[in-house]
Amino acid sequence: MNFGFTDDQQAIKRTARDFLQARYPLATVRGLAEDERGFTDEQWAELVELGWPGVIVPEESDGLGLGAVELVIIAEEMGYALAPSPWFSTTCAALMLVAAGTQAQRERWLGPLSRGEARGTLAVWDEQAGWSPDHSEVEPDGDGKLSCVKIAVPDAGSADFVIVSGADGRHYLVENDASGAGITLVAEPAVDPTRKLYRVELSAAPAAPLDLAPEAVTRAYATIVTLLAAENVGAAQRAMEMAVAYAKDRAQFERPIGAYQAVSHRCAQMLLEVEGSRSLCYWAAWALENEPETAPRAASMAKAYAGDAGFRVAASALQVHGGIGFTYEHDLHFFLKRAHANAHAFGDSRWHRDRVADLAGV
Amino acid sequence: MDLTLSPAEEAFRDELRTWLEANNPGREPAGDEAAFEFRRAWQRKLNDAGWAGVSWPKEYGGRGATLVEQAIFNEEVVRARTPSVANVLALAMGGPTVIAHGTEEQKRRFLPPILSADEIWCQGFSEPGAGSDLASLKTRAVRHGDEWVVTGQKVWTTFAHHAKWCMLVARTDPEAPKHKGLTYFLMDMEQDAVQVRPLRQITGESEFNELFIEEARIPHENIVGAEGEGWAVAITTLMHERATLAFGLQVSVQIALRELIESARSARGMDGAVATEDPVIRQRLAQLLIESEVLRLNAYRGLSAIMRSGVPGPEGSLGKWHWSEVNQSLTELAMEIAGPRAMLSDSEANWTYRFLRARANSIEGGTTEILKNIVAERVLGLPRMR
Repeated sequence: MNFGFTDDQQAIKRTARDFLQARYPLATVRGLAEDERGFTDEQWAELVELGWPGVIVPEESDGLGLGAVELVIIAEEMGYALAPSPWFSTTCAALMLVAAGTQAQRERWLGPLSRGEARGTLAVWDEQAGWSPDHSEVEPDGDGKLSCVKIAVPDAGSADFVIVSGADGRHYLVENDASGAGITLVAEPAVDPTRKLYRVELSAAPAAPLDLAPEAVTRAYATIVTLLAAENVGAAQRAMEMAVAYAKDRAQFERPIGAYQAVSHRCAQMLLEVEGSRSLCYWAAWALENEPETAPRAASMAKAYAGDAGFRVAASALQVHGGIGFTYEHDLHFFLKRAHANAHAFGDSRWHRDRVADLAGV
Repeated sequence: MDLTLSPAEEAFRDELRTWLEANNPGREPAGDEAAFEFRRAWQRKLNDAGWAGVSWPKEYGGRGATLVEQAIFNEEVVRARTPSVANVLALAMGGPTVIAHGTEEQKRRFLPPILSADEIWCQGFSEPGAGSDLASLKTRAVRHGDEWVVTGQKVWTTFAHHAKWCMLVARTDPEAPKHKGLTYFLMDMEQDAVQVRPLRQITGESEFNELFIEEARIPHENIVGAEGEGWAVAITTLMHERATLAFGLQVSVQIALRELIESARSARGMDGAVATEDPVIRQRLAQLLIESEVLRLNAYRGLSAIMRSGVPGPEGSLGKWHWSEVNQSLTELAMEIAGPRAMLSDSEANWTYRFLRARANSIEGGTTEILKNIVAERVLGLPRMR
């Protein structure tokens, strides 16, 4: 029994922290938030050099062949730095291809994904979607082509292909090639400007079905929600650190505000929720690799708890900052917005709690 | 990261499980005296088989096991629903304090009778005027030759009426700053100068007592740590209380939650429908499942940290605080599921009792407010409010 990372995993964490701190200071994050594409080719190339797009891609496809724990380590640091990047969307696509891609799809895309020559994304929400991320009514026509609209698709504008969820748990790969055959991508106004969201409009678009592999797909989704939870751990940790630093520095009534229990107890509550989220995330990541029967429950627990905690901690940090925290010029709101968006991506806390109840036999 | 047990830990757990299955004495009898004797007999049985001081050094009668094994033990006894042991405060707090700060003679003198339950311990920390601000306590100890003469009053003294020894913190230097003038004594309870009066709780029972101390005598050699170092020694006791009890507490929450889910399945909710079909009840049960998992995982993460650093850190405060909130919301939800029966004292599942008893959780062993202060000041480094 040991809740610590291995030496290799600790090295990945250190590298990620140092790299992101050097390359994504908040001034850079702010610039990318205002940029339409949200990242530069040079920035992508640096991530590729670290091997990050192919963390879970097998080594024979030029990936690193690592697992969910390493992904979670990187995701937490990405959340801490709030680095805008198509890393998350491309990782979603890689997870889906590894889980259910056909032989041909894997051969065509996994190598280029790992080498940074191609990027992908995952589209789950129908235009008329309700609360369930796994419910879609999209079905191909008689020729196997797709006509539908998907909303809130991360980084679709710069993706070479989109994996589209459909009815009955099916998934399809739609290429975003230069000819633009049947696919239109429209940038949507996103609450979180550090992750670009698109409306994907398909009109008789050629679509190649992935294999129907329900267990593997469930595991891929469980990994994705664990990554979002881990991003929230990082974002909440950063928001908490900002609040604590501010509470030590800012004086009112001749004392640092952190000396008042109304403020200090708020900060203690942040720590409780950040550490709880972290424990659940690490456990879910571990279960994804070691205890498949526990993984869906653990992942939904992590997503529900870190979804709530991420937003609450950032909101509480904003309260500690007072008026300055409400200004656009302060950086805190970027963390609040990411934590909020993540809480609603791939199933909100309520949806995941309902799954927890199901899986626990309530 | 490896969240499974090592082969050695698994073997330890299996051996323990087998032993518990064969030796669990079952439910304790009604009545304070009968229950106490039952707990004492159970502790002796544990001790004879080497299960009483699991992580204590072998030379003082312990098993010399690792902290992980101690945690496994704490989980398994709750899981097996064994009765409590008689000397719970000495095992969880007093013994570890003597091991950390006591002299060689004190270890040899005090540790074995703790394990055998021949000498029961109680805790004399809180006073009517010193609760959360423990360091302001007024019980006074004055030296007369080789003895100290103690006068004062203590409160919330669990098991005082059975106790031979009291972990007593008293003021030995009234001139010193309040944290510096305290000394940690082991006081013999068997003297007329110490009077015990039971305190009746909101549940109707009497777990706690008041102590009236009028010129009680304590030999000088019964100081634990040095004269004037009582505060630091007391903190060790409290850290141990919060860190090691966490394992048993998180398991008891999981067991209670399973019971609650079970009873909710057959309880009628809105308009005759089953309670678990109510979406709000489902959401709250799920949230409790998640929070109880957080308690379990944090306890293990904390343990990994203790094993690296050697001592429980202030993070241990998070677990006790969080547990009290989870246990309170669990019992509050139980009352909602009970519907009109929430007005009745049920005897079988005891939910109304547990609901009332849980109100103390955020007070005993450090109020939630004090634990938040500790987290804010000692973990986050925020300025002290004073």
